Parts: sequence; C-alpha cells; structure tokens
Amino acid sequence: MKYKGSLLGVAGLTLFMGATLATAGCPTKGIKELTGAGATFPYPLYSKMFNEYDKTCQVKVNYQSIGSGGGIQQLKEQTVDFGASDGIMDEKQRTEAKGGTVLHIPTVAGAEAVVFNLPGIKRSQLKLTPDVLADIYLKKISNWNDKRIQSLNPGVKLPDLTIAVVHRSDGSGTTFIFTNYLAKVSPAWKDKVGFATSVNWPGDVGGKGNEGVANSVKQIPGAIGYVELAYAKQNNIDWAQIRNKAGKYLDPTLEGAAAAADIASLPDNMEVVITDSPNPAAYPISGFTWLLAYENQADAAKGDAIAQLFWWMTHEGQQYAMPLEYAPLKGAAIKKTEALIKKIKANGAVALK
Amino acid sequence: MQGEPQATVESLNRGLPSAEVRPVSARRQVINLGDRIFYFITRSLGLSVIALALLLVWNLFNGAWESIRQFGLGFLIGTTWDPVTRVFSTLPTIIGTLVKGFIALTLAIPISIGSAIFISFYIPKWLRPILSYPIELLAGIPSIIFGMWALFAMVPVIRVIQIWLKANFGWFFLFDGPAVYGVGVLSGSVILAIMITPIITAISKEILLTVPREQIEGMLALGATKWEAIWQVALPYSRIGLFGAVILGLGRAIGETMAVTMVGGNSFAMIHSLFDPVHSMASQIASEFTEATYSLYTSSLIYVGLVLFAITIFISLLAQLLIWRLSKGKLAILD
Amino acid sequence: MNRHYRYRKFVEWANWVGMLCCISITVFFLVAILGYVIINGASSINWDFLTALPVPAGESGGGIANALVGSLLIVIVASVMALPIGIGAAVFINEFPSHGAGRSIRFLAEVLTGVPSIVVGLFAYSMVVKPWGGFSAFAGSVSYAFIMVPIILISAHEALRLVPDSLREASLALGVPKWRTIVGVVLPVSSRALITGVVLATSRALGEAAPMMFTAFGNSFWNLNMAKPMATVPLLIYTYATGPYEDWHRKAWAASFVLLMVVLVTSVLTRAFLRGKSNE
Repeated sequence: MKYKGSLLGVAGLTLFMGATLATAGCPTKGIKELTGAGATFPYPLYSKMFNEYDKTCQVKVNYQSIGSGGGIQQLKEQTVDFGASDGIMDEKQRTEAKGGTVLHIPTVAGAEAVVFNLPGIKRSQLKLTPDVLADIYLKKISNWNDKRIQSLNPGVKLPDLTIAVVHRSDGSGTTFIFTNYLAKVSPAWKDKVGFATSVNWPGDVGGKGNEGVANSVKQIPGAIGYVELAYAKQNNIDWAQIRNKAGKYLDPTLEGAAAAADIASLPDNMEVVITDSPNPAAYPISGFTWLLAYENQADAAKGDAIAQLFWWMTHEGQQYAMPLEYAPLKGAAIKKTEALIKKIKANGAVALK
Repeated sequence: MQGEPQATVESLNRGLPSAEVRPVSARRQVINLGDRIFYFITRSLGLSVIALALLLVWNLFNGAWESIRQFGLGFLIGTTWDPVTRVFSTLPTIIGTLVKGFIALTLAIPISIGSAIFISFYIPKWLRPILSYPIELLAGIPSIIFGMWALFAMVPVIRVIQIWLKANFGWFFLFDGPAVYGVGVLSGSVILAIMITPIITAISKEILLTVPREQIEGMLALGATKWEAIWQVALPYSRIGLFGAVILGLGRAIGETMAVTMVGGNSFAMIHSLFDPVHSMASQIASEFTEATYSLYTSSLIYVGLVLFAITIFISLLAQLLIWRLSKGKLAILD
Repeated sequence: MNRHYRYRKFVEWANWVGMLCCISITVFFLVAILGYVIINGASSINWDFLTALPVPAGESGGGIANALVGSLLIVIVASVMALPIGIGAAVFINEFPSHGAGRSIRFLAEVLTGVPSIVVGLFAYSMVVKPWGGFSAFAGSVSYAFIMVPIILISAHEALRLVPDSLREASLALGVPKWRTIVGVVLPVSSRALITGVVLATSRALGEAAPMMFTAFGNSFWNLNMAKPMATVPLLIYTYATGPYEDWHRKAWAASFVLLMVVLVTSVLTRAFLRGKSNE
C-alpha cells in the first residue's frame, strides 16, 4: 500500500519485503480476536498456526475442533467468524447459510493409512488394490487367505483369519474421504453404501475417533481399518500399500498427499475431493481440508482480518505443516487458493489489499 | 390440597411401629409470614423443575419435528440407519441401550448395595471416610477417562474371557458371537456397571447410616445376628431410599455416552450375543451430531433423543409401580 | 435348636463374606482406575502444568491453567443456579407433601437424570447460545445446572425423607415456625447426606465435555468473561485424549488427575466446614 505509487527503485525493496513478509498477513483494521470452529483433522496444525499468529500479529484466534459438521453449522448460524471442514458443503447447507455464498479455501492435504493387524506381516508388506479394499469393506471378502488378496501378495503367507472390518462410529471427514475413494473405485460400493461423513457400514466394529479405530485395530487380530496418517505413525501400526490410479503401489506419505493435490484439473473454487488422483506420484486416499468463510463480509474490519488470516495460513503458516504430518499446498493449488482468498469482499471492495 | 394428615402416613410407610404422631393441620403450618414466604419460594423452585422438564420436551419435539413428520412411528421399529440414502430408524439402538443398561444394573446393584452395607455396618467408624472418599472420587472421573481405561486395560481382559467362554460354552446363544472383538455388549455393560457403582454406593451408604441405631441394637439385644438385623430392619427401613439411589445409577447408565461409545463396538445391527458390537442411543447421538450435515440428519438424531426420553419415562413409571407394590399399595414417592 | 443356630451363624458368615466380596470388587476397580490415572498422569504434573496456557502440538510444556479456572468459574455459577432449585424443590416435596405437584416433580427429576449430557448441551445451545448470537461460559453453566439439579434434588429428597418426624414435631411443639424448623433443624441434621449429593452432582458436572462443545465452546487463551467462550478441563481432556500424540495423552491423564484432586479437596473442605455446624 505504502509503495503503491513508487514502482521504480522500490522493486528491489519489494522483492525483499516479499521474501520476508514479516508483518503481512496481519489484520490492518484493528481486529484483535477471531473465533473459528470445525474439523478435528487439522486441529493440531491450526493450534500451532494460531499460536504463532498470536506472536506475530498479536491477534488471538480461538479455534475449537467440534467437527466439520459443527463448523458448518456454526458458520451457517454466524456464531463464529470462520469455519473449517474436511468435507464440502452441499446445496441445502449453502441455501441455509445466513451470510450468503460460502468460499472453501484449502489449507493443507492429508493422507489416510489403511491399517491392519496380521501376525508376522509388517508395515508396507501388504499390498491391496482398490477393488479388493472395497470388497473387503463390503464384506464380500471375509478371510485374509482369500485368493484375491493372496494373488496380490505372492511373497507373503496370509493366515486363515477372519477379517474384522473396523470403521468410524462417529461422523467424520476421515470417513468422508475414505468412502469417497471407495465410491470412485467401486461401483458396487457407490451403489450400496455411498459416501458421506457417516454411512451405513456393511460391517463390523465402529471405533470412536481415529484413536478408537487405531486402538481397535491394534487389539483385534485380523482387523483392518482406516486412520489419518499421524495416528498410524504415532501408534506404530502397520499399514498396507495401495495401488493408485497410475498403477503404482504407494505407502501413505505426505509427499503422496501433496502430489494428489498437484493436478491440472483443479476447479477454481477448489471444491474437489482429491481421492484417486491421476498424478502418478499421488497416494490415492488423500484429501484437502478447507477453511470456510462468507464471500461477502458484512463487517469491513472482520473481513479484512479473516482474509489476512487465511493468506497468512496458506503462505507463512505452511512451514508448520510437514513437521506435524500435514502436506502443504504446492504449485497449482496455491495459485487457485490465492485467487479464492482475493474473492473475499467487504462492502463490495476486495478485503485483501 | 392442604389440611390432610401426613405424618401418620409417613410412619406407616417406613414399616416402623407407629409413633404417637399427631397430624399437624396444614393451615397452622402456613399461618405466619415467614412460613408463607418460605412456602412460596420452595413451591416456585419446585415448579421450576417441572417447567424446565417441559421446556426440554418442547425443545426436543421442535428439533425432531422434521424427522417425526418424515418417519412417524416407523422410526421405532425400523432397522436401517443410512445417512446416505437418508433413511433413519432406531430399533437396534433401543435394544442396545436397554440390554446394556439392564446388564449394567444387574451387575452394579448387588455390588453397590453390598458395599454400602459393608461400609455402614461392618467396619469401625474411623474407617468409613477412608473408603467413602475414594468411592466418591470415582464418581467424579470424567467419562472419557473411564472410556480410555476401559479400552486400554479392560477390553483385553474381557477379550480373553470372551474367547474362553466361546470356546467352552459357544453353544449357548449368548456366547455365540465374535469373541475376538473384545468390544461389544459385554464390555459396554461392564464399564457402565463400574461407572454407576460409586453413585449407588455413596447414596446408599448415606441412607443406611440414617437408620436409627436403636432399631438395630434392639434386634441385636433380642439375639439376632448382625445380618438378620440388617436384613430385617435396616434394609426395609431404607428400602425406598435405596431405590432412589438405584434410580440415580440407572439414569447415568441410560444417559452415558462417552465411555460406552469407546468400548461398545458401535455397530448398527441387531444383536444376537453378548459379544456383538452395538450402539446405544446416547452414544449414537454424541457420535454423529457434530458431523450431521443436513437437517433431516440432525432432526433424526434429536428424534433419537426424544425416544430415549420417552423410554426413561417408561422405565421410571415401571419403577414407581414396583415401589407401589413393594410398599403394599402406598405410593411411596411422598411417604 | 442348635442346628438352627448353626444355620443362622452360617448365614451370618456367608453374608459377611458376600459383603466383603462386594466391597473388594469396588475397591479393586477403584484402585485399578485411580491407579491408572495417577500412574499415567502424575508424572506430567508440575507447577507449570497448573499455571501455563495450553501449547500447540509438538511443543513441550504447556498446561491447563485457563481450563482449570474456567471449569471452576462455570461450576460455581452453575451451583449458584442448581443448589437453590435442587434443595428448594426437595424441601418442597418433602415438607409440603399435601401439594400434589410434589409427586410429579420427583418423577420428572428421575426422568431428567437419564438425559444424555449432549442433549442437555443442545438444549442450552438453542436456549442461550442461539438467541445470544455466540458461545458463552454462562451457557455452559446453564447446561451444567441442568445436569446437577436432578441429582441434587433426588439425593436431597432422600436425605430429608429420612429425618425422623419426631425432630420436626419437637421443634413445632416448641413453637418454632415451620420454616425455621426446616432451616434450623431438618436441613442441618440431613446435611451430611445433602453434601454427598451436592458433591456427586458437582463432580459429575465437572467431568462432562459434550455440553461444553456447544455452550462454553472452549478457548485457547485466558478469558474470565462469562459472556464469552471459556476453556474447560473436560473439553481439554477430550481433545488431548483423542489426539494422535503420546504427549497429549499424558496431558489428558494429568488433567484428569488434577480434576480428581479438585473434587477431593472440595469434598473434604465442605465437610470440614459443616462439621462445626451440624449436630452429628
């Protein structure tokens, strides 16, 4: 702003400013507090980000992880300034939102591990294809020594053990991403079960939260389940390699998740589930997590604060992602995200300068 | 309304030899200003409880209306819960809740009352607080901690028991299920039993301690054994109060969400054995509410809450009936 | 005669063993769970834990100070609302039984004990948070009060019920007005049982996380303003317990331990305070 008029000679200084951007991203209109609610998946990252944001900008962002649905609900009711969700809002929710159009701004991507409990078989030693995974969850394959699983794993001796299918009992973005993946790769799954934050599972045990699924899989011999990567790593559970769209078998990794997001066909509004991504290096069970905010902000100061916060989170804030097991945005994803943030308006004018 | 003799009825209900109680005219009770004000205040407080309950019911109906209109009473007997195809019904969870609650009560009542009797009559006075305070402490543990302890420490033990039961008694339908899960009806019931025992014990102990010592000593002087004195005097005297303690435990058992969600198995299918995983209504509401993304979904969850409320009323009515029969026809809520 | 006597002796012994088993089972689980909490949690407790704000994942240190203060504030306000209603209603039911409403009040209280805490939270959300337009610690107090009232009411009612009428009669015969009889004789005599009920209700409320999600909401920073979101210990325990990090799990146990200590201290203090007053 201050350098708007002087284009010459300040080019170098602007470059330097662009490099450090120490105070850019801070609210410029005096807002000192913001409230946000939503997804639990990014909570560890957001709590770190907001802690740093407070140190950098002296602005306190109070974020509580009451669940993606809760975040959407509170945003609709306008009891919070912004929401966060692992899932995309549907038509009805958009019409019910009191403040008008809602923008979905992605912050990071994550990978989900397919974890199992088999005696003698360790992490990455089990390979699964999408159709086999779907049929296991559909209860069409009920024993580990089934021909279809064995044929994928010639070097491994699979035991005669009933498969105990573990899923989430509570609604969650993790389930949304997992079932979305299964629906894409298995017409039978799409038909019979579908995808959502909570579905009518064909079977077995429901665990509460990622913790519950991780613990159930660890305890039950012959169990299979799906958890966010961080939980699989922290709990030392074994995971399987999944074959992606390009035919490669991949472990769940942050690089795989970031690759899943780095595709040419990203829509402008970034409302896409990046499961079964065509990128050859992509891990197939990955997903974005979004921040939700109204496109038209009623309060100019709040609108400025929100836009600045989002900008900071998708730029300076990204450095905190990988240490906490989240995949930062790369390439095409960043460009589209920036354009989205610039769409936030207050009283008709773009909030972010 | 006023002016009925109450004191005599009270004594009769306790099964005590009737004292020479003189009925106190109600009019004389409220004759001075202090009494009038006091009566007014306590009555308002009492009626506010009714108001709160009615407000809650209205609130529940309001929230559940969309689902009620859509599914009607079929909600109670269907067995599909599918957020994708938007079909909801709740029979399996009703059964799950009732079965787990019933088993939990069956386990907890004898142990709690037995413990309360032990604390009240079988130990020296100085030992009582040493036992009582930790038990009260147990009542204050957050349910998530119960759940975590159950998942980490209790479920592996239950799993071993279940596998043994299935191996030796698998022909019995109750033991003919997926023993290896560990989580399920049995685990859910046991943790519930552990959670409600402190409440029932603490209140029962207080009630048993108010039994007049003279009554017991009288029995002992007549040559009764300690147990006979307890069984024939203390328990009947405090019967109604003990029932109140059980009711508090029952309330917790039915309404408990967090702990039972973590070890109940949470499957939405009709149960056939003690080892099957199953949801309870409260845990289902708590699990899915924050992620319920459309209004029919939230409305259906609130409908589940309403059904739970109705079931609690029904059970409480049954309990009242039971007391009524026990007291030989005198409605004992009010002595 | 002798045989019958031996039989009675046997019954006596058998029941003694039975009661012993019961208390042993109770004590066993007591030790198992409390022990588990202490073993897992005590190591993380230090002065810093009690006085510092929570830190984000991956950073060491940090504490539960704002949640501790928040929980206490919310519970105190809740008690101010719940105690009069609970005890007042119990007094009304027991001391004025001629008014027919007493039966319904007691019945409704029993039904209300079975309402899941999340339903209470949603109730407080629609009654307080929505009209107010935002989350507040006060809404949290309302939901806690809703949970506490039935427990206090029922245990108080039972406590009052067991005060012998002879005491009431004696007081009335001396010309003491009814209200002073209740306040000056009946309540003090039943105070120990009353306190037990209050302690049970408070400790139950202190441990509930679900209602807080929709009412007090939680806060990563310091806040003492009842009209704004506030941090509470059970919500923090829930967040830490369900997170992926071992460090968080340890903090969850430690926070539970602190919560238990708070309950214990309150219970001991209230009883000590009343020992001087009641005629035991």
